[in-house]
Amino acid sequence: MSSATQSLPIEISSLCKAYGSVKALDDVSLNIAAGEFLTLLGPSGSGKTTLLMALAGFSRPDSGSIRFGDQEVIATPPHKRGLGMVFQSYALFPFMTVAENVAYPLKIRGVSKSDQKTHAERALDTVQLGGYGDRRITQLSGGQRQRVALARAMVFEPQIILMDEPLSALDKQLREHMQIELKALHQKLDATVVYVTHDQREALTMSDRIAVVNHGRIEQVETPERLYRQPSSFFVADFVGESVSLPVKVANDTAQLGERALKSDSPIAQGSGGHRLVIRPELLEVTSGAVPETANDLSGHVHDIIYQGDSVLVIVQHDSAGQINVRVPANRAGQTGLPSKGERIGLALHPEDTIIVPEHAS
Amino acid sequence: MEQVGQRKIDGLWLTVVGIAVLFFLILPTLIVIPMSFSGASFLEFPPTSFSFRWYTAYLTSPEWMSATRTSLIAAILTTLIATPLGSLCAYGLHCSAPRIRNAAQILVIMPIVVPVILIAVGVFSLYAKLGLNYTLAGVVIAHTALALPFVIVTVMSGLQNYDFDQELAARSLGASRAYALWTVTVPQVKFSIQTGAFLAFITSLDEVVISMLVSGGDNATITRRMFNSLRDQLDPTIAAISTCLIVVSVVALVGVQLIGRSKNVDK
Ligand SMILES: Nc1ncnc2c1ncn2[C@@H]1O[C@H](COP(=O)(O)OP(=O)(O)O)[C@@H](O)[C@H]1O
Ligand SMILES: [Mg+2]
Repeated sequence: MSSATQSLPIEISSLCKAYGSVKALDDVSLNIAAGEFLTLLGPSGSGKTTLLMALAGFSRPDSGSIRFGDQEVIATPPHKRGLGMVFQSYALFPFMTVAENVAYPLKIRGVSKSDQKTHAERALDTVQLGGYGDRRITQLSGGQRQRVALARAMVFEPQIILMDEPLSALDKQLREHMQIELKALHQKLDATVVYVTHDQREALTMSDRIAVVNHGRIEQVETPERLYRQPSSFFVADFVGESVSLPVKVANDTAQLGERALKSDSPIAQGSGGHRLVIRPELLEVTSGAVPETANDLSGHVHDIIYQGDSVLVIVQHDSAGQINVRVPANRAGQTGLPSKGERIGLALHPEDTIIVPEHAS
Repeated sequence: MEQVGQRKIDGLWLTVVGIAVLFFLILPTLIVIPMSFSGASFLEFPPTSFSFRWYTAYLTSPEWMSATRTSLIAAILTTLIATPLGSLCAYGLHCSAPRIRNAAQILVIMPIVVPVILIAVGVFSLYAKLGLNYTLAGVVIAHTALALPFVIVTVMSGLQNYDFDQELAARSLGASRAYALWTVTVPQVKFSIQTGAFLAFITSLDEVVISMLVSGGDNATITRRMFNSLRDQLDPTIAAISTCLIVVSVVALVGVQLIGRSKNVDK
């Protein structure tokens, strides 16, 4: 065990892995900074687990390179990679006590019995399970098992921790609580974390950066905010956050919705398959009078109003382009001046909120 | 009211048939036991007198004792070889691609499906070339081949109920594959391995057909000697030996069950 724990950067280049005709990893390159919390986000079957298993050393890529720090690890067996790993199923050893589970990596490393005990206890304290050492795994709830798995993965102070959908078996409330807790834990540990999820909200909540994976390729790697505000393709825009999209025509670096040119602050990303205007329901502004000159005018008629507790979703029939969703707060300020069904509604989309993406990233 | 009565009659029928089937399954086995305590010098049922003379005859006969020793040693060696070998084979198949696993499973089942007499003839001819006929090694190798499928099938079904992520977790935490297998996987399929070992032991102990052809001389198994003795003289010693064999099998079976029970209670 290396004494001074210092997180390591990960450098993935041109990784390929095929299962028969399925390209599970299609030329994946990704640099992860030391100490970063990076999330692999993508739909089921997109290749997230395959990439994580390649990092862990359980599946051998067909080609490409993986470096931890300045060391090439592509041929290193899993047990020599020094990783902590957390599985979706927790993968705790049911015939051992909580403390024995957590001490397992220490036992392998020849740590003395008494040190095993103190380290395991400290790790359990960190995940708020102090005093649970003598319990059986079967006596724990799902959330507690998740914490034990975490404690076991970090007790030997690994420089890199991998997690494959570790929270997806928990119910919504506990999951959201654990997201915050995990993020705080990451700030305490000096470790690079690669986290896998298919839940975009979870990815936005926890990550320093998010790599969006689709069909074995990485579509975009960005910070949560920039990923949300400046998606590079329709896939990313559609997968991350709520949106409706309308087809637009692009000529001479300007996009046209119907006859009208759209004002946008960001340059239009290149790609194939035409472009779409992506409208986030909460970024549209309901105007009482006319839409100001500086904004794009998306006014139309109210088609339906749906009460959703924390907010109200207004479905608007745009004059020419189709239906648009607008979200307004459910408080009194949001509701004053809101037209009723069938009435005309003024909608402004400001240039900084105007997202125009290619159907497929180049 | 009528429906409930009808259901009761149906239930009664089922019970009667069930007990009858059980009776026919066990009766031939149990009938041997009173016959072994008979004082007469031929097999009779029900016995008209009581004595231990056939047990004495068995335990004092050098031939029977030698055959018993051969059979027990063969069964123990078969168990010791077939259990680790079959368990590793099951583990290997469990980890392979589904296509390979399915193909291999058919191969593995073969020795159970093929008539034993065919295997016996094949083994005999092969052993004739290798000089393994009438040797203990020959018996053990043949019995191991017969016992392997039982071990493989039992251990594979055990592995199916095991969360294999645990072994991956152990390896990612620093355990070599062998260490992870030994400290994490094996303890959790222990009961399947024990059951497989029991089946291997019984397969060897009970085996007649291959032993008839392949064992002999000083290395004749007890089943072979019993078979020959049945042909030559119908003598209640056979009943005494059978009773001993039943006791050994039942003790082994109960042992495996008890170990399994204590493990489950532990959980
Ligand atoms: N062992 C395997 N054999 C065959 N195909 C596989 C195997 N593992 C994954 N795949 C395929 O590779 C693709 C990516 O799978 P995976 O990495 O598990 O996706 P994710 O974790 O994003 O849901 C899927 O199409 C899946 O069917
Ligand atoms: Mg997965």
